[in-house]
Amino acid sequence: MEYLVASTVGVLTAAGVYLILRLRAFPVILGMAMLSYAVNVFLLSTGRLAVNLPPILSKYATEYTDPLPQALVLTAIVISFGMTAVVVMIALGVFFENGDDHIDDQAADADVSEGKS
Amino acid sequence: MNHWIIAPVILPAILAPILAFVMRHDISLARIFSIAGAAALAAIALGLTVLAAQGETHVYELGNWPAPFGIVLVLDRLSAMMLLLTSVLALVALLYAVSTEWDARGRHFHALFQFQLMGISGAFLTGDAFNLFVFFEVLLIASYGLMIHGGGAARLKAGLQYVVMNLAGSTLFLFALGTIYATTGTLNIADLAVKLREIPIEDAALVRVAAMLLLIVFAIKAALFPVQFWLPSTYANAPAPVAALFAIMTKVGAYAIIRMYTISFGPDVAATGSMAGDWLLPAALVTVVIGAFGVLGARGLLPLVAFSVLGSMGALLVAVSAFSPQSTAAALYYMVHSTLAAAILFLVADAVISRRGAGLGLLQASPVIRHNGLFAALFFGGAIAMAGMPPLSGFLGKLLILDAMRAPDTMVLVWVVILGGSLLTIVGFARAGSIIFWKSTAIDVPEVAAPMPAQPLAITAIFAALAMLGLLTVFAGPAMDYFDATSQQLYNPAGYISAVLGNGV
Repeated sequence: MEYLVASTVGVLTAAGVYLILRLRAFPVILGMAMLSYAVNVFLLSTGRLAVNLPPILSKYATEYTDPLPQALVLTAIVISFGMTAVVVMIALGVFFENGDDHIDDQAADADVSEGKS
Repeated sequence: MNHWIIAPVILPAILAPILAFVMRHDISLARIFSIAGAAALAAIALGLTVLAAQGETHVYELGNWPAPFGIVLVLDRLSAMMLLLTSVLALVALLYAVSTEWDARGRHFHALFQFQLMGISGAFLTGDAFNLFVFFEVLLIASYGLMIHGGGAARLKAGLQYVVMNLAGSTLFLFALGTIYATTGTLNIADLAVKLREIPIEDAALVRVAAMLLLIVFAIKAALFPVQFWLPSTYANAPAPVAALFAIMTKVGAYAIIRMYTISFGPDVAATGSMAGDWLLPAALVTVVIGAFGVLGARGLLPLVAFSVLGSMGALLVAVSAFSPQSTAAALYYMVHSTLAAAILFLVADAVISRRGAGLGLLQASPVIRHNGLFAALFFGGAIAMAGMPPLSGFLGKLLILDAMRAPDTMVLVWVVILGGSLLTIVGFARAGSIIFWKSTAIDVPEVAAPMPAQPLAITAIFAALAMLGLLTVFAGPAMDYFDATSQQLYNPAGYISAVLGNGV
């Protein structure tokens, strides 16, 4: 299972980083999503991998898994979900304002130097 | 337990939804409540600073769960002074935004502003690394809204870059926290300090990776080379009052570096040693150089100010990188100064550009504005503060930094870079000021028919910030006493640890 989890994190991170380095908004957003999946799996594994163990007190349990990483992952999932929604909205706004979804800076630079505010 | 400690988080947290839901159609009511909230925050922060100045570290246990099991808020000298700085800056930015009606150009400005204050206050107060991440996200998500406030193609595009950069940074933050938790089993800053000091140097590889990842995350926030690229276009495109408030955002990164790398990963921790400082120093020096050349090469007024902020972050982090009590005290003085100076410059630049008319943010002569002399004087004041010329506090701040950086092997390099950077910054500002304020007087154009309203409140806000720089200069002695005591507190983490974890440690 260690190999499965480790390679999942690795592949997701690699794909996410590759996509973030693209020039268009849509792949970048997908890349952010992949990276956040990768980090969620990674966080879950920081409490050591365990199968079928309860995270909270139970009178039948003899062993427990660490509950804290699960709480951390829950927080991270909620936050990354909200952030993805925000970035989709902003990217849509950019697309409708500029008519293209390029991330790079040339047009913006020209506007700054003209002092649009 | 002193319940006032959580007030800087609770107050904006309650005010923001009220502003968003109850007062969204009534801008004047929202303005009154927002300014009253910021003033109350400043009063609370002042009270907390007086409390913290007595030297004791105060701990607030959320839900009364003892650390390290519950989340704690910790009030010491450093967090108190950062709170005070934030609230004062917020008040200045808010008065300017209200007076110039920036807040009416989009929706929910005041609600987002209060959420931003909540995130910043929380980040300064928290004693838990994961909670620090959560408050970072709170302040970031509010800053995304503020950044694109008012809209416009250029601003939206710069906003998208800013959001993507910070999302990548947040992901990295989570990776770093996961690694720290996997190796030490805790995320409480004080508990972390204890556990890290027990890790022998042979088992330190993973901890060193985590420390480095965390440093990169904070470097992104602090706009340190090579992750500084987001800053100039973000700050130059943000609405001016927001850019003024963002002056504290880079300092949140600097604060986090100072906090984590003195208390938790302190220089006395065998596992990490002086690693953070060794990497910070060259990166900070390059940042100073980039900032100076940016000031010299900027074609517009707002990019010029943004690059000067970058240069000041470089100088600040040079002082942080030495990790000695003297240099940290100098860094704290310079941090307060450069935050206010950056805010002044952004507000003056916006006032000038809005009077020159749309499309005239470029550094070129154009018909002279009304009250040319007044704005020239304000710009001059902000510029000499930022560049580090006497008589304002920038001079003292840079002097303190140079004085603290006397390590024989780096002294020549650091002095040359900081002094050279200051010189280039002065030249850049002098060029911009003479083009905008002096060459413009040579153009003979009759005054436009409908002049801008005078906006006395906005000018008052800028003058108030300048007056604070003056006070920081005049009362540099008492201020330095406070900053010296602050850095003593930081380099003796035993007090912090025993306050948080109880007497058992």
